[in-house]
Amino acid sequence: MTSVTGTADPLVRAQLLREQSARADRRATAGRVTRQVVVFGLFMVAIAAVYISYKAFGAAFDHEQHTWRIIGSYLPRSDDLNMPPIPDIFGALTDPLPGESGSMAGTLFGEALFTLRETVAGFVVGVVLGLTLAIALARSSFLERGLTPYIVASQTIPLIAIAPLVVIWGRKNIDFFPWEWKDWMSVSIIATYLTFFPVAINGLRGLKSPRPENLELMESYAAGWTPTLWRLRFPASLPYLFAAFKLAATASVIGAIVGEISAGVGGGLGRRILSEALRYSTGPGRLYASVAFAALLGIGVFLVITAVEQLVLRSQGRKAIT
Amino acid sequence: MRPTTRLWQLLAMLLAIAMLAAACGSDDDGGGETAAEEPAAEEPAEEPAAEPAEEPAEEPAEEPAAEAGGGGEMTAVSLQLQWVPQSQFAGYFAARDLGFYEEVGLDVTILDGGVDIVPATVLDSGGADFAISWVPRGLVPREEGLNITNIAQVFQRSGTLQVSFADSGIATVTDLAGTNVGNWGFGNEFELFAGLRANGLDPDGDVTLVQQAFDMTALINGDIDAAQAMTYNEYALVLETVNPDTGELYQPEDLNIIDWNDVGTAMLQDAIWADADRLDDDPAYRDVAVRFVEASLRGWAHCRDNFQECVDVVVAANPPFGGPGHQAWMMNEINALIWPSPGGVGVMDPALWQQTVDIATAEGILAAAPDDGAFRTDIAEEAVANLEAAGIDVFGNDYARIDVEVTEGGN
Repeated sequence: MTSVTGTADPLVRAQLLREQSARADRRATAGRVTRQVVVFGLFMVAIAAVYISYKAFGAAFDHEQHTWRIIGSYLPRSDDLNMPPIPDIFGALTDPLPGESGSMAGTLFGEALFTLRETVAGFVVGVVLGLTLAIALARSSFLERGLTPYIVASQTIPLIAIAPLVVIWGRKNIDFFPWEWKDWMSVSIIATYLTFFPVAINGLRGLKSPRPENLELMESYAAGWTPTLWRLRFPASLPYLFAAFKLAATASVIGAIVGEISAGVGGGLGRRILSEALRYSTGPGRLYASVAFAALLGIGVFLVITAVEQLVLRSQGRKAIT
Repeated sequence: MRPTTRLWQLLAMLLAIAMLAAACGSDDDGGGETAAEEPAAEEPAEEPAAEPAEEPAEEPAEEPAAEAGGGGEMTAVSLQLQWVPQSQFAGYFAARDLGFYEEVGLDVTILDGGVDIVPATVLDSGGADFAISWVPRGLVPREEGLNITNIAQVFQRSGTLQVSFADSGIATVTDLAGTNVGNWGFGNEFELFAGLRANGLDPDGDVTLVQQAFDMTALINGDIDAAQAMTYNEYALVLETVNPDTGELYQPEDLNIIDWNDVGTAMLQDAIWADADRLDDDPAYRDVAVRFVEASLRGWAHCRDNFQECVDVVVAANPPFGGPGHQAWMMNEINALIWPSPGGVGVMDPALWQQTVDIATAEGILAAAPDDGAFRTDIAEEAVANLEAAGIDVFGNDYARIDVEVTEGGN
């Protein structure tokens, strides 16, 4: 390894400097990840401590909290029915569900995979659709003016209004694919519905983000619209797109879960949450455990997108917008 | 140039990861069988015999059309439930899983209900061939123009209760005055409103109406004095909950119930609905309807006489909703809503129909009494005659409810 100062060739020097800064970047990333994990853990402990203290505070009033005018009317009740003890929540994860064998965590893991499949399919289709829209809108200001209001309006339709329609419509009308159409694929469409929007809007902004002098440079090379798109606009839009992907991925999880609840699709975390909500009084810990799994799934897909973002943007020698 | 190439490599990688994740996800669905299924889909000629054998074991209701050619003259039929699989629909699951539908040449797909699924709408839009719906919730969309008709009134009485704790002193409808009365809304409140009015109480002023979730936490918390509950579901949920004061389950003595059947404001509930236009225009559909009703009612008669077997069928229905203890309780209570059926199972009781319609019009749920096409008994009567000819008891006159042990959490 040559020292940076030991060479006279400016090109070699520049290359060495780049490598050096990349190494520093990697070290910084490792440090950042460690810090993040530690802080996340600390917050979890802090939240648990608040939860436990509040329960202890409520326990001091014991049964009075059903008649007392602060807890129960202004503050949430803290008894075991309304706020199950934390050990109960973990206990629910290790116990089998009524009438089933194996731990609830195992069942939830299977259901999380079911929901993940809907999420991933919905996300991928949503990204393709969103990108297509973004490129079309960036290409033509006529389309941009005409379509943008509809794209925005699409997000004001409540999900629960369209979910059953999509599932029923899917059962009846989608038979042109070489594979059999299943209800979960309709749920993916619902996830897509939430996914394409941030990709289209952020993607459009990203595609328009190159500075005028860069665009003029491309023009001076006589580059047409398509080469400009691939060489300049698309790479420039990546930080915007990844910000959108993070939003879209978590929205896709929400879309999948709401779709399952709303449209009566068997399996998945949505059905589990509905089921445990209905019989809540017989096992409050189970609902908390189910919701925790849904949260973990959301965090999981977010982290995957973030990791991919780091990889892609580093290969471009750029930083994510945060 | 170079960064762009790297970029494409990474994007390709991302796509590969996404596809891998999708593949992992699908593993979950069919367990180990997906692996066997996928190659079969690519090369159908290789093992034609192996596939039908695997498919029903995995999800028997999944592919009606594909299986139709298998056993001769099977007709694919779909049934839209109004809620998720539970003993409330045991007769249909029994008919499916015990082969009653198959015996009459039907391959029945049972579609789960959901929070926002309206069976009448699904039926009318062609999303299902038949649907299960409460009578008022079928009549309202019918008045709005959906041409559907009730072809078999399975439940002969109402399962709706108003449940309160015994120490609240609410024993009769008049005791509800001045209390917080829970109801689910969305058409579940009509019996309550009619019952209040019949006892001289105004739902808008004499009680405080509370929108209730589909669980019993609000009652246990004391936010609601009298909560709406189905005999077969929410009432049991209270009994399956541990009373923090005693450390044991809540006991029936701890609770007071108001039963709308006794008050005289009961409305008809679960019935099988069909598309009226198709019944008129398509003799094949009518023939399928008779066979479908016949096998379904046979399922219900079977569940009356083979209690535990039907509970097991429901628990095996994917995904189980509540444990076997809860489903056993529900099966018992559902049987009590069906049996005895004085006019034959599935045959409309005209008096109760009239009572349902009277309440619905008096409460303003319906603008006018529905016309004669709102229900028809010919299909159910034909089905009942066939069942009787087969030696099946279609009246259940000596039916008596059994004792079901309540288990914590419905285990």
